[in-house]
Amino acid sequence: MNPIGNLNKIFESRIRLGVMSVLMVNVNEEVSFNDLKEVLEVTDGNLASHLSTLEENAYIKVHKGFIGRKTNTTYSITKAGEKAFKGHLAALEAMIKFNQ
Amino acid sequence: MNEQQHLDSLHDIKRIMERSTRFMSLSGLGGVGAGISALIGAFFAWKLLEGETRSSRAEGLGSYGAPADNLLVLQLLLIAGAVLVAALGTGFFFTWRKAQAQGLPVWDASARKVTYNLAIPLFAGGLFIAGLLYNGYAGLAAPACLVFYGLALVNASKYTVTDIRYLGYAEILIGILALFNLYNGLFFWALGFGVMHIFYGALMWWKYERNPAA
Repeated sequence: MNPIGNLNKIFESRIRLGVMSVLMVNVNEEVSFNDLKEVLEVTDGNLASHLSTLEENAYIKVHKGFIGRKTNTTYSITKAGEKAFKGHLAALEAMIKFNQ
Repeated sequence: MNEQQHLDSLHDIKRIMERSTRFMSLSGLGGVGAGISALIGAFFAWKLLEGETRSSRAEGLGSYGAPADNLLVLQLLLIAGAVLVAALGTGFFFTWRKAQAQGLPVWDASARKVTYNLAIPLFAGGLFIAGLLYNGYAGLAAPACLVFYGLALVNASKYTVTDIRYLGYAEILIGILALFNLYNGLFFWALGFGVMHIFYGALMWWKYERNPAA
């Protein structure tokens, strides 16, 4: 078996991997755009484009809300996203064991 | 992607997961500062109670550790308030300094979680103690402080350095012991808030801050 085949191409980006990591430990909670930006130390535009890739793949859900008049966009992980992320971790583990 | 890159991504995942759930900038030196403030406060309270006992003995009434009159309770509350301000002040200062050194924001989502989870038991405890004082049970204030503070630490430990949980257990235990030794309330209060903070603060500093590169 070739373990490389199980690695998820979408998670090759460090930022997308980071977003998934944050959402994974905050399951059942919504994380705001600003919190993600703070933890991952990235710019607005950069983060937004990676978030839309994850959304297109149905790994994350977007919730648009308001705090007063300001928009407050939050994100949470989907079941499919959890599965994909766990699969990716398992593949990384297998990969490292395979190489040893 | 080679093996090193895979290890790097695993390392990234671990770091980010930790950072987004746990507030890691809590400073051990802040704990030591808080402990010293508490001991100074306890010393003044002890002086005050000592003087009080002597004067009431001279009049042939009252017993040690059971302050009855409102002036004394008020003075003790002022000391407690000063200790709280000094302890929070040094705690915040050293934590802020550590966060600066780590290049991390002090007030991020994880800091909010720690604060929120500390605040619930502390707020309940504060009102509970206010109720005790209101009903004239001032002697129960010290054990109640310790128990509620311990519960607050255990509750918040999920979102910060895990060692805080053991400090929480210690505070609860000391609080319960104090409850069965009401006449030594001040001694247990000084042990819980003074000695334990200094001990744990020093331990955390030794473990995490002594060598910042590690």
